[in-house]
Amino acid sequence: MQTATSTEFKQNAHRALADAGLQRALARSGTSFIARRAAAVAALPEFEALREEARAIKDHTLAHLDFYLEAFAAKVEAAGGTVHWCADAAAARATVLAICQAAGARTVTKGKSMISEELGINEHLEQHGIAPIETDLGEYILQVRHETPSHIIAPAFHLNREDWEASFRAAHTDLPADRVFHERRDILTEARTRLREKFLAADVGITGANFLVAETGSSVIVTNEGNGDLTQTLPRVHIALASIEKVVPTLEDCMSLLRVLARSATGQDFSVYTTFSTGGRRPGDLDGPEAYHVVIVDNGRSGMLGSEFQPMLRCIRCAACMNHCPVYGAVGGHAYGWVYPGPMGSVLTPALIGVDQAGLLPGASTFCGKCESVCPVKIPLPSLMRHWREREFERHLTPPAQRTNLALWAWVAKRPALYRLATRVGAAALAALAGKRGRLSRVPLAGGWTAGRDLPAPEGGTFFARYARAQRAGRTI
Amino acid sequence: MSKDIVLNAIRRGLRRGPVPPDQAVGLRARLAAHPRHPIPARSRLDHAGQVALFVANVEKEFGTVARVADASEVPGAVVDYLAAQNLPTEAAIAPHPELRAIDWSARPLLRLREGRAEATDQVAIQHGFAAIAETGTLMLPSAPERPTTLNLLAEAAIVVLAADRVVGAYEEAWDLLRAEIGGMPRNVMLVTGPSRSADIEQTLELGAHGPRRLHVVLVGA
Repeated sequence: MQTATSTEFKQNAHRALADAGLQRALARSGTSFIARRAAAVAALPEFEALREEARAIKDHTLAHLDFYLEAFAAKVEAAGGTVHWCADAAAARATVLAICQAAGARTVTKGKSMISEELGINEHLEQHGIAPIETDLGEYILQVRHETPSHIIAPAFHLNREDWEASFRAAHTDLPADRVFHERRDILTEARTRLREKFLAADVGITGANFLVAETGSSVIVTNEGNGDLTQTLPRVHIALASIEKVVPTLEDCMSLLRVLARSATGQDFSVYTTFSTGGRRPGDLDGPEAYHVVIVDNGRSGMLGSEFQPMLRCIRCAACMNHCPVYGAVGGHAYGWVYPGPMGSVLTPALIGVDQAGLLPGASTFCGKCESVCPVKIPLPSLMRHWREREFERHLTPPAQRTNLALWAWVAKRPALYRLATRVGAAALAALAGKRGRLSRVPLAGGWTAGRDLPAPEGGTFFARYARAQRAGRTI
Repeated sequence: MSKDIVLNAIRRGLRRGPVPPDQAVGLRARLAAHPRHPIPARSRLDHAGQVALFVANVEKEFGTVARVADASEVPGAVVDYLAAQNLPTEAAIAPHPELRAIDWSARPLLRLREGRAEATDQVAIQHGFAAIAETGTLMLPSAPERPTTLNLLAEAAIVVLAADRVVGAYEEAWDLLRAEIGGMPRNVMLVTGPSRSADIEQTLELGAHGPRRLHVVLVGA
């Protein structure tokens, strides 16, 4: 399992801000997802109604999660597949390994899967002499570079083209060293050729699942490259990994969620390949895996049910929240220190690895609210982050200086006359310090804030004073 | 048992025991009835309008479409496409009765091999079960006569689709599948355009691991 460095978020963020390559990647990529989503949403007048529908479908499913998982499992078994129930990551790793060993596997191809990252499947297989091969283009280069994904749908978000070329030259040493990558397409073609051999040789294919459909016993994957389909079609054994909240009741429910998924994620109307897998090869089939396994994993999610964090289990992993997040856009995904970055990660990570490990993440938000406004299943991400901040404070996990300052502020804020006096004096002092320039390049106790920008000095009276004046004059402020 | 551990943890979270029998009846009825949710208005057209929307959406997603009047014109359309794309006149083809019924002998240069696709195949010809106008999506359910590898392994994927199999929304295609095939096939692919990736600098490139080209031969009006 990926070691969490979320406790070092501040240091991680500083490093990220100083990383020129990362900043170039973030600047280039940040706006394109936003523009593409906006265009796709604008082209579908029903989008807002579909968001509401998507939220309702997920809420209904979560309220009856045990029922729908059992219904799903019964359908998988009726189709000749096998369902494995795993309470935690260790159980899931052991289950996957046992299936691979029983199949006599030497190499395993993998479709892109965040739950696989969360569970640490690759490391576990490697420790037992089985070679996992990531086949999603972005995941493949990260495996070559021994890095982790920095984005949940675009894992190599943090890399630039020259990183790709250098890594491919270092990894594919059997190819001519003087070959030229004229275009991005040449990089893609080299990966396609290299991975084609791996697809054909693999004994087992492991994918994640965007959805599990209870009505039919199907696991569903959504991809653009086709790597997930080759992974689940060519080897003798297909293993689908899915956390418990992936189940939906019917194909109709699934389609309603799919209508908002791709639009929110990449801004496509629909991804290139949306594939429903149900059991293994049938009599007369000329291709497809002989055996089909679904590994259902809890790993901390049942603890969120019935709590204020239950809405987080609606998440369909589209990444719209991180694509629109000013904090993610400034520091990238690795700074968050664990598998899931951005606003969804700031809510999910403390639930999965503990608020003592990830308590800084819910603080990494400006509360601008953009994440909630673009979420296709309407998760109230800022409110949930606020809940984590409260829990962190209750458990005395916030640093002493911060606690003292908060206590001091609360003491003043509860005394209106003192508060008004303090703000009036403060505003006047800042205005005087700023002088004619009207801006402050340094403010006592706020050196970190002013290191990157000036503070505009307050103009005129305080809000209270202006409000009172407006009230007296009988107008709004 | 690990199944009970997981299910009991869920029930503990939800603060209840197993779903009571009277509620379970309702949930089972919902599964059996699989009610539809609202369908976007864009595909609520007459059939000719749906076919036109399907074609427009395939092309928007970087696929191509050739329209022919009847099955006898399919071999010519395939040969013309392969020549225009500078592809070999050799293809793996689905052993589907509707494709077998086509008289391919009129085009002797076209060498066809029935069966699944192999990694060396440049061209695959698949039978289209249905198509969805809403997003220009092909529905390709697996069957002995419709191998999945034909959708995936070749450089160019050609799908022969009867125009009367074009429906407006996904839900209508699933209803066709339920009515005609019954249970869920092992694999159902919904394919929208050729394979692509934007993993390198978030810039779209066609032809990742699946077919670089997707061509639909649309038969009939």
